[in-house]
Amino acid sequence: MSTPLLLPQATDIGNPTVNVAIFALFVVATLAIVFRASRNNRTAADFYAGGRNFTGPQNGIAIAGDYLSAASFLGIAGAIAINGYDGFLYSIGFLVAWLVALLLVAELLRNTGRFTMADVLSFRLKQRPVRMAAAISTLGVCFFYLLAQMAGAGGLVALLLGIDSRAGQSLVIAVVGIIMITYVLVGGMKGTTWVQIIKAVLLVIGAGIMTLWVLAKYTFNLSGLLGAAVDKSPAAGEKLLSPGLQYGLTGVTKLDFISLALALVLGTAGLPHVLMRFYTVPSSKEARRSVSWAIWIIGIFYLFTLVLGYGAAAIVGPDAIKAAPGKANSAAPLLAFELGGELLLGVISAVAFATILAVVAGLTITASTSFAHDIYGQVIKKGQVNADGEVRVARITALVIGAVAILGGIFANGQNIAFLVALAFAVAASANLPTILYSLFWRRFNTRGALWSIYGGLAATIILIAFSPVVSGKVDAKTGKSLSMITDTGIDFHWFPLDNPGIVSIPLAFLLGWLGTVTSKEPVDVDKFAEMEVRSLTGAGAEKAVHH
Amino acid sequence: MSDTRPTGDQGLTTYRDVQVSPDFSELRRRFRRFVFPMTGLFLVWYFLYVLLADYAHDFMSQKVGGNITVALLFGLGQFVSTFAITMIYVRWADRRLDADADRMRRLIEGEHE
Repeated sequence: MSTPLLLPQATDIGNPTVNVAIFALFVVATLAIVFRASRNNRTAADFYAGGRNFTGPQNGIAIAGDYLSAASFLGIAGAIAINGYDGFLYSIGFLVAWLVALLLVAELLRNTGRFTMADVLSFRLKQRPVRMAAAISTLGVCFFYLLAQMAGAGGLVALLLGIDSRAGQSLVIAVVGIIMITYVLVGGMKGTTWVQIIKAVLLVIGAGIMTLWVLAKYTFNLSGLLGAAVDKSPAAGEKLLSPGLQYGLTGVTKLDFISLALALVLGTAGLPHVLMRFYTVPSSKEARRSVSWAIWIIGIFYLFTLVLGYGAAAIVGPDAIKAAPGKANSAAPLLAFELGGELLLGVISAVAFATILAVVAGLTITASTSFAHDIYGQVIKKGQVNADGEVRVARITALVIGAVAILGGIFANGQNIAFLVALAFAVAASANLPTILYSLFWRRFNTRGALWSIYGGLAATIILIAFSPVVSGKVDAKTGKSLSMITDTGIDFHWFPLDNPGIVSIPLAFLLGWLGTVTSKEPVDVDKFAEMEVRSLTGAGAEKAVHH
Repeated sequence: MSDTRPTGDQGLTTYRDVQVSPDFSELRRRFRRFVFPMTGLFLVWYFLYVLLADYAHDFMSQKVGGNITVALLFGLGQFVSTFAITMIYVRWADRRLDADADRMRRLIEGEHE
């Protein structure tokens, strides 16, 4: 679970040259498009929000591209292949979560803000402290998410390129980071969006072809496929088809599952890189269409991963998957090799790489926008800075974040990807979502409520994680090996029993937001509240698209 | 449309005036009466599913035909309900929100210019 990537065995399937060639093709093609898209990057709205000129369907596809990370493609397919139904539970949480964004957040946010989540949260409260808090939590979520993607890149390299030395993997992580920085610096939001769109189309087509292929092998009989998966998995057997294999062991793991379910369903609508995408369309109606498109694409993709996961269990078998470098994460690539040989493996590998690249680019532009626009432009310079200066800072920040991501990725290489992603969701659900909902819907909400909720949610999440079994003290009962981040079984400082903090940190953040508000004597800024409410519902005064 | 704007709306110059106007109150009421119950509905349905998957293993592992279990049907049901709510909301919002919101936006932006 913690260091599968250090296994000294090279992959003996596939042809690294084919994989690299297909991936290089993707990079060259997307770079060409990014350079083309960058010709119109003039204003801050161009760099941060792609000129707000994307259509709903385009943005919906890009959102899917941003959201379907390597963790959800390789991770969920692998989890289903090994843990059966319990892997499917992740995808359901990831999908249903979009309804929160659709019904409560997307349109109102689009009408109220300009570039970042902090624009909305600080709209009617005290500008600088709230903006600072929102920017810190944005950077926190982006950091954990970024780390997860970069750590995943290392694992993928081991599997797909046959590079198993730590130094070689680090080099590839650095190359991934540099390509990603180029996308962001040259293309801004416009270029990044096109990378997301291309990647999403490739990913869905690739997964769709594999899904049809697997189903065709079982004459389009889902029951037959499930039966074959059960036959090939003697250890799990029939349990593969119903919940409980991973989370049903004890009362604590059951509670952990509820905690995870809560963080997943409330996390999506608080992910800053998802929220920022709503500013790339011209109106709230297009924001609505974006989410609708995204839900359809993401939902259909998760249905594909269900077939791919059980298909990998039936055709590759859980033992072969567990023995491969990258373990569960290698289920989908191994399945591709079994189905279509080297060529399909190469295509799927390149798509998985492209996925990491695109998600990392999206996170980088979000983090650098938040730093440049919120912290530099509004908090440090108090708004007394021209847009060019702000964008210049955003570009420098992108360089710094890129460097941090490369170093972090090299350091985190081998860490559990799913854990890092779940951490990002827990922070988003605890620190961001309560404040977003309160400030959109609760008239009385004020600055102290926002600060308590954001900082309280952020601190609770990180502290509970630090003292959870994920970091120390989790030992596999059978093998005696550590399952925690700290692999020395002698070190154990955990006192929080659950892997995911959501069940405590999310209600706590809502409670703190309420408590801070009712104990503060700050009067409601009735004019700003009226402006925010009217703007959010009618779109009056909302930012318009840029026309060149 | 701004040329058809009634000239008698001189009082409608601030956001606060709009906020207390009957038209806006009606728009807000209509929006909230749709999205709040719908949010409650899908959250209840989602957590019902989560709790069943977590605590009712016997029920969920029953087979309904071939290797298809109750759990699988419930899981696919979450996909169906998510797609359905998305379609229903988008249709509803296109019909019942956009026209009124647009009319109010033009009125306000016209006044400000």
